[in-house]
Amino acid sequence: MGVRYANASVPAVHDVDLAIEAGQFAVLLGPSGCGKSTLLRTINRLVEPTSGTLLIDGGDVRERDATELRRGIGYVIQAVGLFPHYTVAQNVGVVPKLLGWEQVRIDARVDELLRLIRLDPARYRDRKPRELSGGEAQRVGVARALAAQPRVLLMDEPFAAVDAIVRASLQDEIARVHRELGTTIVFVTHDVDEALRLADRIVVMNAGHVVQTGPPAEILEHPADDFVRDLVGVDAETRRLALERPLIER
Amino acid sequence: MSADFIAHVGAHVALAGSALVLALAIGIPLAGMAADRPLPRGLLLALAGGFRVIPSLAILTLALPLLGLGFRPALLALVVLALPPILVNTDVGLRAVPRATLEAARGTGMTERQIGTRVRWPLALPVVAVGVRTAAVEVIASATLAAFIGGGGLGDYIVGGLQTANLPELVLGAVSVAALALLADAALGYAQRRLAV
Repeated sequence: MGVRYANASVPAVHDVDLAIEAGQFAVLLGPSGCGKSTLLRTINRLVEPTSGTLLIDGGDVRERDATELRRGIGYVIQAVGLFPHYTVAQNVGVVPKLLGWEQVRIDARVDELLRLIRLDPARYRDRKPRELSGGEAQRVGVARALAAQPRVLLMDEPFAAVDAIVRASLQDEIARVHRELGTTIVFVTHDVDEALRLADRIVVMNAGHVVQTGPPAEILEHPADDFVRDLVGVDAETRRLALERPLIER
Repeated sequence: MSADFIAHVGAHVALAGSALVLALAIGIPLAGMAADRPLPRGLLLALAGGFRVIPSLAILTLALPLLGLGFRPALLALVVLALPPILVNTDVGLRAVPRATLEAARGTGMTERQIGTRVRWPLALPVVAVGVRTAAVEVIASATLAAFIGGGGLGDYIVGGLQTANLPELVLGAVSVAALALLADAALGYAQRRLAV
């Protein structure tokens, strides 16, 4: 599969042949401009492939209505993008409302999700986004993406804008959510440690194509080429040791 | 309060109100359609800038041969006066909505229409409201000019007072127009604060 933007001399993404299994936590890892966000955005058709096809559950995404497709796929971005004129509850309830759920069902779902991301519904339901910290806002962003029980959750550098401590706790949360819900997650990051920490499977990208895919340990122990070796860096040995401890203890 | 005075206030409000409603009906959809199209947007903003520098009295005079005396040329001049702040503020309001917010809206599966009605326009509205408020005050103040071409309104007292050197009549006209403008400003200011996010 490939994507070439109009007026671009080189394709943003080319010759990608990739399958992500249901329930997997897949991380697209690579430097900025490597095409990882573009590749992610083809999944919910925010970007259309200019060649090749993209299948979800065996069906070509281009044969489905784009808005209907997106309502079944959670999407979280770095800038969060909460609707500032909506309360936390209205933000989380956006997709269920688009799907025409009854209000009582939406309310119940909102509270359930706020508890899932560990924000007390009674305290947070009626707040406006401007009354949230960066970490809280991103938690609400995750809750919004999960609201209609999507089978796939797309996350585009979701934790890049928060400080290291908040990032670590958000990483723990998303790992836990993944374990509890079993949602397929495709996660974009340029942060090697974040990728190693979260991924079942890492997809290393450079200059628009996939360089290597595999579980974190394999990427560390058998980097496919110099690019991957440089990316995981001289700390590969320490990172490999860190992997041996289960996430929950870290 | 004499029936004559009330009739003049009524005529003034009718003229200014029609001009404002007309300018809103033209300006908001126009700016909305042009906001994401560079060429129409450039032309529209240039037009708004042009309208802004033409004196209302000049438009009145130019409209006279086409529309004759009275209400209609006055209305045209006032619509031209009201359009720039409405066009510019609608444009600014729509374009100030963060890209991330629109991207998120698209990502949740809203249709383009839903993005407009549920996200983009509600977020632009407070800025649009500032333009409406500016336009309203300008139109109420300038509707006074209509009296020069027989358009009626509170300007009649000012023109009449000037011609007959009748100071109380002149002051009555001036103070009433000022009071009306301040009243509209306060009312729309309240509405605008209610709209703010």
